[in-house]
Amino acid sequence: MMTGFWTSMRRDLVLATRHKSEWLTALFFFVMVTNLLPLGVGPEVSLLRKIAPGVLWIGALLSTLLGLQRLFSSDHADGTLEQMALSPVPLAWLVAGKMVTHWLVCGLPVVLMAPLLGLQFDLPSRSLGILVLSLLLGTPILSAVGALGAALTLGLRGGGALLSLLILPLYIPALIFGAGAVEADMAGISPQGHLSLLGALLVLSVFFSPWVTSLALRIALE
Amino acid sequence: MLAVAQLTCQRGERTLFSGLSFTLPEGQWIQIQGPNGAGKTTLLRVLAGLVQPREGTLTWQGQAVQECRAEWQRALLYLGHHAALKEELTPLENLRFSLGLEAFPVDESALMEALHRFGLQEREHLPVRYLSAGQRRRVLLARLLIRPAQVWILDEPYTALDVHATQFLSTVIEDHLERGGSAVLTSHQTLGLRPGMSIAL
Repeated sequence: MMTGFWTSMRRDLVLATRHKSEWLTALFFFVMVTNLLPLGVGPEVSLLRKIAPGVLWIGALLSTLLGLQRLFSSDHADGTLEQMALSPVPLAWLVAGKMVTHWLVCGLPVVLMAPLLGLQFDLPSRSLGILVLSLLLGTPILSAVGALGAALTLGLRGGGALLSLLILPLYIPALIFGAGAVEADMAGISPQGHLSLLGALLVLSVFFSPWVTSLALRIALE
Repeated sequence: MLAVAQLTCQRGERTLFSGLSFTLPEGQWIQIQGPNGAGKTTLLRVLAGLVQPREGTLTWQGQAVQECRAEWQRALLYLGHHAALKEELTPLENLRFSLGLEAFPVDESALMEALHRFGLQEREHLPVRYLSAGQRRRVLLARLLIRPAQVWILDEPYTALDVHATQFLSTVIEDHLERGGSAVLTSHQTLGLRPGMSIAL
């Protein structure tokens, strides 16, 4: 079981290193979106501080969406997904491996970039720490829930647009609690409640998503 | 032994086949025949467990396949239409990952030997993108030599192969049958194999 999980993870990592443009695009998109907003609304410090958590979180959310469309589609097209479904290893474990790689490739760079971008919004250093923490808890939720959406829209024409419509509403709780944690900290309230709820969402989605996603994939394969 | 009883399969409104029954004993092979669109691939996918039949049962070693899914998946090797290869990876990496995804131990020298036997010397480290259709097919077929399985389910295995590779594949299948394995295949070509059973759809 673990062999299957590690292989599935390593395989996608190797593929990501051969296809650098894909995840670099997502990261660049995140940087651009979060850079454009301050340019658009002007250099008023109090306003920038106020919108910073929301902007950074929305940027993270949209950039993970970019990598999701290809999460299963290329494996579906070349028949690898069939072989995965036939593996004696439960499909959920192989799917979990792919999710972890998606987070490592699309989520983790965003988390690492966020404090640097947060500086542009004049976030105090304590809030930057909370921002990183909230993204660290939140971005795996985006990968886990997004994988389910990718599986449900697999093989559909115009699946990309449908994926966004399907998944973005499900991202709302993560967005509210993630951005809320940073806002709370800036307002001088303890962000612990927000972070705890984010943690609960993380546990819930990481636990159930591989299993439900594997069921959706089996339907797509029939 | 694989036994199929009263298998019925529908695709949309159309019934592809109904009341299909056969058994596949060890050391035997079955050729599925029929015109394009008759449901040959669907039958293979039903046997592999990718598609649920509308009616009918599949039994493996006397047990319903639903009850011994993991054992059946371990005993079966299904090679479909698609090459199931990643273009960015080399043949060697492709084989290594395909074994790993099924949690089979990887023996590097066996991988090399399998590729060599299928005539892919000096192509082991070339990304699959640079290989021809026939060569890609050979990389896929090399799995027959390294992934242990009792039942081979092969969808058009001879597609895109040259004369030499066709003959070699026939000897590989013949060896498999000799060792007590069994095979189900769809093919339009005449095969240089021992006489087997035949099912027409």
